[in-house]
Amino acid sequence: MFSRKWIAAATLGALLLAGQAMAQDKKVIAVSIPAADHGWTAGIVYHAQAAAKEINAAFPNVEVVVKTSPSAAEQVSALEDLSASRKLDALVILPYSSEELTQPVKAIKDMGTFITVVDRGLTDASVQDLYLAGDNIAVGTNTAKFMIDKLGGKGDVVVLRGIPTVIDDERIKGFQDTIKGTNLKVLDIQYAHWNSDEAFKLMQDYLAKYPHIDAVWANDDDMLLGVLEAVKQSGRTDIKLALGGNGMKDIVKKVIDGDAMTPVETPYPPSMIKTAIYMTVANLIGQAPVRGTVKLDAPLITQANAKEYYFPDSPF
Amino acid sequence: MAVMTESAPRRRPLDLNVSWTDIGPFLALAALLVVGYLINPDFLSATNLANVITRSAFIAIIAVGATFVISSGGLDLSVGSMAAFITGITIMFMNTVAPHAGIWAIPAGMAVAILVGLLCGLANGLIVTVGRIEPFIATLGTMGIFRALITYLTDGGTIPIDRSLREAYRPVYFGTVAGIPVPILISVAVAAVASFILYKMKYGRKCAAVGANEDVARYSGISVIRTRTVAYIVQGACVAIAAICYVPRLGAATPTTGQLWELQVITAVVIGGTALRGGKGHVWGTVAGAVILELIANLMVLSDFVSEYLVAAVQGVIIIIAMLIQRFSNSK
Repeated sequence: MFSRKWIAAATLGALLLAGQAMAQDKKVIAVSIPAADHGWTAGIVYHAQAAAKEINAAFPNVEVVVKTSPSAAEQVSALEDLSASRKLDALVILPYSSEELTQPVKAIKDMGTFITVVDRGLTDASVQDLYLAGDNIAVGTNTAKFMIDKLGGKGDVVVLRGIPTVIDDERIKGFQDTIKGTNLKVLDIQYAHWNSDEAFKLMQDYLAKYPHIDAVWANDDDMLLGVLEAVKQSGRTDIKLALGGNGMKDIVKKVIDGDAMTPVETPYPPSMIKTAIYMTVANLIGQAPVRGTVKLDAPLITQANAKEYYFPDSPF
Repeated sequence: MAVMTESAPRRRPLDLNVSWTDIGPFLALAALLVVGYLINPDFLSATNLANVITRSAFIAIIAVGATFVISSGGLDLSVGSMAAFITGITIMFMNTVAPHAGIWAIPAGMAVAILVGLLCGLANGLIVTVGRIEPFIATLGTMGIFRALITYLTDGGTIPIDRSLREAYRPVYFGTVAGIPVPILISVAVAAVASFILYKMKYGRKCAAVGANEDVARYSGISVIRTRTVAYIVQGACVAIAAICYVPRLGAATPTTGQLWELQVITAVVIGGTALRGGKGHVWGTVAGAVILELIANLMVLSDFVSEYLVAAVQGVIIIIAMLIQRFSNSK
């Protein structure tokens, strides 16, 4: 009896060792991102999966594993699951929340894993090897610059804010700091929670309240869709500009088509997850140095460069 | 308003049947209109009122259904997700059929919406009645299910309606008949049918009886299971009608469609005078409640003295004050 058990154990052990040896030939990169629950995160999932597919096909000795989680707590569990079964060579993570994810990510770093953090920073910056994010202040700044330019430095603007977060605050700050000193006047600014329906209602109310509006800025494209519908319904012709942000495909398409009311767009593109995955792979495979902080700019998307930001197959 | 509190003494059964619970919501509505006018005269402009009442139609229609459910002693938390789910299914169906059927895809899609709504309501009803699960938990479960299904159908993004149907369907939200926006007419029609069922038909009395006291209702030979299940089916149909009006507004379904509608719906029902613990339902009060909620939100934007950070707090305070006024005038 004993001997049979020992044989079984030995066989199992040998198999495990062999499995590990085979796994070690491949570099494993885990990608942990929020599940798709609105347009922007849907874009993140789409681009992460696209990157994984491309890289797995291009580099046979690299395996990119994408894992989505619907909440911070589940992202922590996902990290444990990913790291329990095998050694991760790199982790690319877009954390749900900075506070809750910092310790779990640090635990993985301590196992010798390369850490890439995307978009939302951890509370302890020393945990990350590479940090990549967009520039929310530039989203506001560049939109404001375009508006000032287009309206000749004066006009009445209404603004729709998103959900009270750092992201929203930074965009609004960038906008307000830039129009300071010009004759561009913000008539009103209210929250519409990055939601098309709320933006539709809010825009109807703005239109009822102000007989003259030159331009609207909704700091996200979901909201812009609601705004455009409300403007269309009102039949008002005083609104010259209605701008959004983030780079939703429907809005980028408008830019490509030369829409008069929405001639430009500012990106905070979910495709940044792809940049982060590729850079991480470059470090593992090509020994290209990538440690540091990368801040993607938010250059205006115009008719000239819109193709670069247009993903017709993406859900966002 | 306090002058009115010495209302009809309940001596004779043949008293005027107008109680505070019945007219309370309408007085609150009138008061709100006056206050709104004093704050910003634009508030009473025809365009503004038409906008606000039109967009309160979704909540009003769903809340009429919720009046049945709550009156019969149930609760439905899934209505918001259900609306999103039905919207998604409807748009997908219309888009699939459009190349073959052209404009006929729209009425066909509407029929599908109603069918899906009835089935969703039936599912909720059976889980609550036959499954004997607390309505709060049962519909919390289906709320998650419907929300996940719409997220899955959209890949987390958007399902837009086919361009060829967009213009033809638009009038269902944006159109008017004799100057009155279509969604308002639809919600009035829904409320009229509902009040007929609730006040003139046998089923209405069964509903209130089951909600008021389940055991007494059972002893008097009313099928509690059937009554409650039918209430959930009515709710499903109402959600479907609301979804039909909703689709042409933005022409798309997203995972955030209908978020938190369930809370607005329940608030509208309670403002309207129906007790959350069940009993007599107040259909027209519910409609007034839905309009009140939307007017408060509108007033917040039109007035300048509330900081954008405090809007939700002020809305909460107004709702609580409205309920307190009703409560105290009622207890007399």
